[in-house]
Amino acid sequence: MSDNSYPNLIIDGLWRNNQALVALLGLCPLLAVSNTAVNGLGLGLATTLVLVASNSTVSLIRNFVRPEVRLPVFVLVIASFVTAIELGMNAFFHELHKILGIFIPLIVTNCIIIGRAEAFASKSNLRHSLVDGLSIGIGFTLVLLTLGGMRELVGQGTLFDQAHLMFGEAARGVSLKIEDFPGMLIAILPPGAFIGLGLLIMVKNLIDKRLAARAAAKAGYAEEVQGLAG
Amino acid sequence: MEFHTLSSPHTQRPNRVDRIMLQVALALLPGTAALTFYFGWGVLVNVVLAIVSALVFEALAIRLRKRPVMPVLLDLSAVVTAMLFAVAIPPLLPWWQVVLGMAFAIIMVKQMYGGLGYNPFNPAMAAYVLLLVSYPVEMTSWLPPAMLAEHTLTLPQILTFKFTGSLPADLTLDAITMATPLDEMRTSLDLNRMISEIRLSPLWGDFGGLGWEWVGNWFLLGGVWMLYKRTITWQIPLAFLAGLVGMAALFWLFDAERYPSPLFHLFSGGAILCAFFIATDPVTACTTRAGQLIYGGAMGVLVYIIRTWGGYPEAVAFAVLMMNMAAPSIDYYTRPRTYGHGEVNRE
Repeated sequence: MSDNSYPNLIIDGLWRNNQALVALLGLCPLLAVSNTAVNGLGLGLATTLVLVASNSTVSLIRNFVRPEVRLPVFVLVIASFVTAIELGMNAFFHELHKILGIFIPLIVTNCIIIGRAEAFASKSNLRHSLVDGLSIGIGFTLVLLTLGGMRELVGQGTLFDQAHLMFGEAARGVSLKIEDFPGMLIAILPPGAFIGLGLLIMVKNLIDKRLAARAAAKAGYAEEVQGLAG
Repeated sequence: MEFHTLSSPHTQRPNRVDRIMLQVALALLPGTAALTFYFGWGVLVNVVLAIVSALVFEALAIRLRKRPVMPVLLDLSAVVTAMLFAVAIPPLLPWWQVVLGMAFAIIMVKQMYGGLGYNPFNPAMAAYVLLLVSYPVEMTSWLPPAMLAEHTLTLPQILTFKFTGSLPADLTLDAITMATPLDEMRTSLDLNRMISEIRLSPLWGDFGGLGWEWVGNWFLLGGVWMLYKRTITWQIPLAFLAGLVGMAALFWLFDAERYPSPLFHLFSGGAILCAFFIATDPVTACTTRAGQLIYGGAMGVLVYIIRTWGGYPEAVAFAVLMMNMAAPSIDYYTRPRTYGHGEVNRE
């Protein structure tokens, strides 16, 4: 875990220590906003931006902040970035900002961000913190995007509906729609988020198990694994 | 070697899952037959479709879990789940919604939690709620009871509608469907109509909904038979009925023009079915005697509360799921004292 090589940081953030699927942090925005792929992507990117900015700032000031007051200082740093990004989104992606609503300011309370500031950035140098923020953020965004896509597809039979809110008028063609699909309303509603996240975690654990089994087989423990599986 | 005892102690025949499930399935038959009599062939089509798809999904899930398939299929628990689900859904529900409901019930609600005995929620009711939330229009389009129906669909017509969605040319869906008694009572009450006025509608029988009251009676017969056979114990059904009737009687005595009578609540929806067949599911209910009384009573009260002030006219499925959630805690606080030991140690 303390291996700070760049490939390791990236694999940790995207997969091995994925904050949404492994640590189950940031569930409130994850479950609430992932009803369409575009919403998920929008919130994920905003979170990533905040994470990169706050991680680098915290890393830069880590030697000047006394440990007694570090948490208030971290929160202050994060809140400033969130405010800036919220105002920025309101200016440039006004429609999307209206849909995401309260969840943009609530990025302040996303445990992933304060968690990375406390657990990683306050102990590491700038470059490592930057890479960590980026990979953790992208890992979170990918989960939001996948979950959003799943729920949108099952719930209303579309994918990347309203993509123009984010990428401009040119992106209208990106939206997919299955004609005559009745949709399963529950996927869009809150229960769908919980069921969907559970399924994603299941798939991740399944892949990890397969990979571990393959690695073990490579290392020559094939028979032992067979014994365990049987 | 068999050893016959002529005097006590007599060995009892051991309870086995498949015997209990078979008894439950048999006890469901009179009510199912009555439902078919009043609401047409659609009910039977649902039963067959649900049982077949439940068995297929069960086999699939068990195979994926790399367990032996046949013992699980033969314990009949999937059949009972399918039958309970099939008598709860409208007769004209499209075929794929029945299959979807069973896939959710068996794979997600039952097998993903570890199969029979490990599922915290009643699979049939979870599937019912999934469909009700996802497809409210189809799930609330009931047929009128046979004696009120102006057009009775034949079996081929029902099959055509369920599988292709097309009706005979001279009929529309609105012409053949009708609100359930609970639905009717609710919308009329919302319009501030008096109950004596509402009761003038031909939808009502002697004490509940026309047709529904007899379906309820036949389910009651099956339930009493299960009590006699000791398939179920009296605690949960009695407490459930007491909770529902108690609440209903309280408000009915307070204002009989705005709150329907206890008999209406008992015999207009799924209350009887719930009391004897759904609430008593041994996996998801409480196991201690005192806990079962609390579990059933609270469920009855919840059914009344949701029916009267909640968002849906029929509340049984929601009440069951909520009490399923509470069952482990109720069991925890009602553990009986072990004979010869001190106070219960709740660690």
